[in-house]
Amino acid sequence: MTDSKYFTTTKKGEIFELKAELNSDKKEKKKEAVKKVIASMTVGKDVSALFPDVVNCMQTDNLELKKLVYLYLMNYAKSQPDMAIMAVNTFVKDCEDPNPLIRALAVRTMGCIRVDKITEYLCEPLRKCLKDEDPYVRKTAAVCVAKLHDINAQLVEDQGFLDTLKDLISDSNPMVVANAVAALSEIAESHPNSNLLDLNPQSINKLLTALNECTEWGQIFILDCLANYTPRDDRESQSICERVTPRLSHANSAVVLSAVKVLMKFMEMLPKDLDYYGTLLKKLAPPLVTLLSAEPELQYVALRNINLIVQKRPEILKHEMKVFFVKYNDPIYVKLEKLDIMIRLASQANIAQVLAELKEYATEVDVDFVRKAVRAIGRCAIKVEQSAERCVSTLLDLIQTKVNYVVQEAIVVIKDIFRKYPNKYESVIATLCENLDSLDEPEARAAMIWIVGEYAERIDNADELLESFLEGFHDESTQVQLQLLTAIVKLFLKKPTETQELVQQVLSLATQDSDNPDLRDRGYIYWRLLSTDPVAAKEVVLAEKPLISEETDLIEPTLLEELICHIGTLASVYHKPPSAFVEGSRGVMHKRLPARTGSGEGTESPDVGNVAGGSAPEAAPSIIPSQGDLLGDLLNLDLAPPTTTGPPPPTSGMQMGGMDLLGGGLDSLMGAGFGAAPAVMPASLNAPVGGGLGDLFDLGGGVGMPMGAYIPPKTVWLPAMKAKGLEISGTFARRAGVIQMELVLTNKAMSVMTDFAIQFNRNSFGLAPAGPLQVLTPLGPNQTIEVSLPLSTVGPVMKMDPLNNLQVAVKNNIDVFYFSCQYPISMLFVEDGKMERQVFLATWKDIPNDNESQFQIQDCHLNSDAASNKLQGSNIFTIAKRTVEGQDMLYMAIKLSNGIWVLAELKMQAGNPNYTISLKCRAPEVSQCVFQCYEAVLKN
Amino acid sequence: MIHSLFLVNSSGDIFLEKHWKSVVSRSVCDYFFEAQERASEPENVPPVIPTPHHYLISVLRHRIYFVAVIQSEVPPLFVIEFLHRVVDTFQDYFGVCTEAAIKDNVVVVYELLEEMLDNGFPLATESNILKELIKPPTILRTVVNTITGSTNVGEQLPTGQLSVVPWRRTGVKYTNNEAYFDVVEEIDAIIDKSGSTITAEIQGVIDACVKLTGMPDLTLSFMNPRLLDDVSFHPCVRFKRWEAERILSFIPPDGNFRLLSYHVSSQNLVAIPVYVKHNITFREGSSQGRFELTLGPKQTMGKGVEAVLVSSQLPRGVLNTNLNPTQGTYTFDPVTKLLSWDVGKINPQKLPSLKGSMSLQAGASKPDENPTINIQFKIQQSALSGLKVNRLDMYGEKYKPFKGIKYMTKAGKFQVRT
Repeated sequence: MTDSKYFTTTKKGEIFELKAELNSDKKEKKKEAVKKVIASMTVGKDVSALFPDVVNCMQTDNLELKKLVYLYLMNYAKSQPDMAIMAVNTFVKDCEDPNPLIRALAVRTMGCIRVDKITEYLCEPLRKCLKDEDPYVRKTAAVCVAKLHDINAQLVEDQGFLDTLKDLISDSNPMVVANAVAALSEIAESHPNSNLLDLNPQSINKLLTALNECTEWGQIFILDCLANYTPRDDRESQSICERVTPRLSHANSAVVLSAVKVLMKFMEMLPKDLDYYGTLLKKLAPPLVTLLSAEPELQYVALRNINLIVQKRPEILKHEMKVFFVKYNDPIYVKLEKLDIMIRLASQANIAQVLAELKEYATEVDVDFVRKAVRAIGRCAIKVEQSAERCVSTLLDLIQTKVNYVVQEAIVVIKDIFRKYPNKYESVIATLCENLDSLDEPEARAAMIWIVGEYAERIDNADELLESFLEGFHDESTQVQLQLLTAIVKLFLKKPTETQELVQQVLSLATQDSDNPDLRDRGYIYWRLLSTDPVAAKEVVLAEKPLISEETDLIEPTLLEELICHIGTLASVYHKPPSAFVEGSRGVMHKRLPARTGSGEGTESPDVGNVAGGSAPEAAPSIIPSQGDLLGDLLNLDLAPPTTTGPPPPTSGMQMGGMDLLGGGLDSLMGAGFGAAPAVMPASLNAPVGGGLGDLFDLGGGVGMPMGAYIPPKTVWLPAMKAKGLEISGTFARRAGVIQMELVLTNKAMSVMTDFAIQFNRNSFGLAPAGPLQVLTPLGPNQTIEVSLPLSTVGPVMKMDPLNNLQVAVKNNIDVFYFSCQYPISMLFVEDGKMERQVFLATWKDIPNDNESQFQIQDCHLNSDAASNKLQGSNIFTIAKRTVEGQDMLYMAIKLSNGIWVLAELKMQAGNPNYTISLKCRAPEVSQCVFQCYEAVLKN
Repeated sequence: MIHSLFLVNSSGDIFLEKHWKSVVSRSVCDYFFEAQERASEPENVPPVIPTPHHYLISVLRHRIYFVAVIQSEVPPLFVIEFLHRVVDTFQDYFGVCTEAAIKDNVVVVYELLEEMLDNGFPLATESNILKELIKPPTILRTVVNTITGSTNVGEQLPTGQLSVVPWRRTGVKYTNNEAYFDVVEEIDAIIDKSGSTITAEIQGVIDACVKLTGMPDLTLSFMNPRLLDDVSFHPCVRFKRWEAERILSFIPPDGNFRLLSYHVSSQNLVAIPVYVKHNITFREGSSQGRFELTLGPKQTMGKGVEAVLVSSQLPRGVLNTNLNPTQGTYTFDPVTKLLSWDVGKINPQKLPSLKGSMSLQAGASKPDENPTINIQFKIQQSALSGLKVNRLDMYGEKYKPFKGIKYMTKAGKFQVRT
């Protein structure tokens, strides 16, 4: 006899029949009826009409019947709130039952009845149960507080349940502690600033003790809670690590991963030369490897996390390459993740093995996997230079298979290899050209066109090849069109005589017949360039390209740090900060890795630390673009077609604009376009190859610095009273790359002043006059003269306090006067302070976290473009920009005249006049000055 | 925490739902069905699926998807582990975990789920405790219940839940006291075309069946404990003692449980017990292909290799096969292109082989992919890594138990590329 009989009912009046049975006098019949009701409920049938009848069965001493009725109540109380009140009395009574099982069951069920009206009746029984003598009841009651909080948070706070819950953290029973922690964590999620889990060394000790004795699930809660704690020093950190390490051998993979999170975070605080640090690193590898022998779903989550761990600490798994080799019957989602990690672990030592594997994968059946494997070969070539040759020959072998998608994928990666190792593997171009006809994907076509354009002088029939693409120009995707345009212009510049017709054809196709503004703009720019100054065009279009660098898909360091603090969570699976996607958790605390304390004196001033801590909750999430995007962006091959939202602008207007542009000079074009320049700058920084527009602005930047560098107003440096009638006021400016001290000398004395000379004391950046002070005519009484003194930065250096202090001596025929002034450090920002995005990323990662300081700029009302534009005027270059949830993140680089780099991250939220700026620099002393400059520039 | 659970069968019907908090409409599963449709194979459905308001975390076991719905940030591994635990419990209770079994026992299933999670927090997941709370259905008990009117639900507080050893109930009594341990090792390996090992690793477990009266305290020691450098223990094992002395000391749960699992990594040399000689060729322009396969024992420590089963997914272009096995039976499914050969025992004197031809689609070009050969086998009375139990002692109780240790090696994912 099985329960399936409960599913077979007579068609007619099912509810009616059940009702009759529920009201039967026979106990057995009643129970059977309740079972039937439950069965209907589980399959989603609506049996809420039976509510009063079922509730009537509640007054029973039969435990199973009671449980079944409770089950029913939980499901339907919400739809019958008035009736549910009938059940309250029974609950209150059951909460005082001598049997703790019944007490616990009652308190558990009570919490599941999600009816506002009832909740207030439940407070008293709950309060009793929280202090029950039986730990089983206490631990159940702890969870009930979380349930109640979900229904009515205010009530829970008013009734003081949160404090009771906090007290339970020190309970004698480990299970009670674990549940209290779990409940508090859940409540804390909706109250990010409530400090509910205020951990101190004593409570940490309690948790660590409970950790050893509670159930596996309790261990997960406790470990996740521990991960939020910041130890006071490296010794405390080490002792926690020691006590958490045994969890790595737990059979439950969630426990293992939570333990890994705690260790990864606290390790950060341990001095690297400590023996224990090395031991810990070694202990982390085996459990991670073991996770990969579990069920595929577990493997997937583990792999996503390992991906983060490998980026943060590659040394942990560097010898474990083989466990990531793909088995042919792994689910596809596991295969793709393994492949990713294989590339991250690839090094000169294991590259032969990896390549052999990748080649094997490239002959598998699954298309997505094969594509990724081919791409991986290309990434290996770029990452491990010694293997490049083998990679190229492997790719050629694969092209010989003529499997369409393999060939296309291979061509895309070979293009990348060309960019990394120019003039090395061009001999394969012939083979590539053979496959021209089989390419039908935009990315592959674009890659091939790029190759043809780039090496047009070596391909005899380059013009024919490109012409063949031109036939279906309007059917191509934007990416291919843009690429074709650039390639033909390149071809023309290389072989001007034979291809004049072709270039005219493509320019007219792009400018006259296209609806795509990007394409038209690029077309016009080329057209104008070619018609105005072919030599400049050559310089622009055929400019030397920067090499692409390896590891193009690294996660941003700040994001990576945050994700490491979230190992084992959804955030780690999606590689996004939790605030980016989890609903209902606005204002999630941003977690950061603790700083290493072993390094001696605290480099961060307390003030700075405060700002960092206080601003953390409002700090914004940032999302890295998916790998494909980033790669595409970096290569600037227009891999991702530009998104054009909204209707295209009216064509006639554009034509007009075009005419106008053609009429004016190149200079006006640049002038007009400059307002928008910073927005496109990041993209163009890396690769002037395809981005014609970007090239132009690069060029513009090189020719002459645009005006707009911030010059502070003149201040009086030397009042007349102190200098026998000579008043000196002045300021500093940077003009066309030259630092100038602009002085206004006023003679307020009665006699004429002559023989002016100036000298500087030694200073932090070696500023010195580059020439004599040019005051040629004698300065008569009440006369004023403005002089500007060019400065060099090659003078003797001595560290000043404040850093930007300058002591000056001025001499005239009367006396020598001394004064000191402070120069804005932005004078020292040099024009070539741009950095490649990759270099930026690497440098940022490279600079220790101790050197990072955070500041806030208040009351500034610029949007990010305007800000970036303004900063650029002062040689603060925006390297990249991201927008996340209305928050703009600008990544900027500054180079000082003495070669020091300062990297900055500026966060601004639309509508919020307060910006947060983080500065990283190897010489952290300059941060404060740089911050002042930011403030000055942005506010003026 | 875990919000709701949906059970979905292979044809995409939700046949059971359970909500621990407010009710989540089953329409949320539409996102799962979309993903299911996109996946080429049932096992390729991604385990974590985002929807606008929820996250769906699923596991596939016994051709049933267990789809958990969560709303806030929850460790996905926690959810996946829990789902596997649910499946294990169902299997434990009903013998099998099928749609029919779940439907037959729907009330017990519901009671179990209610006991296992409270407000999304795991409550009782140890099978010992659950069995005290809810008795597993047996035919006898069902009959008795109908007659006496008693129920499946225990009247007692699950005592184990609060003691220091939550995994063991008190008052256990047996007339025959016995403790059996099975050391089972699975070898995962990838062998390349030329027969050399690309990667090989051993996943080992020690499963125990302990039926001992009272509160016995056991110690288990090994001849070669240094093999076990990557281990995961049942919570009952005292970790400190293992760290210090390399001895497993524990108060066992009652009944069947997994004492430990271990992993012998590819960095240690792993013996490969069988070898395969193969010659699978397709010629360009011919509609025939050759297929030859010979199996032989390699490093088996003198034990016989049995229950050998060879399977291989042949390329799509293969229409049919005409093969002759020297022993055992072979089948080829022309629809799924799955070749499977049930070899049985390998006789080292007369190696089993499978030879013949494959017919291909006329005129089609030769297949690009090379089939991978999957081999299953068993070797009794030996653990491939060489792990050996030294002795088992019992303290805390006076009687003398029966003790037994069994070793076995199995193939896990043992793959030979051609």
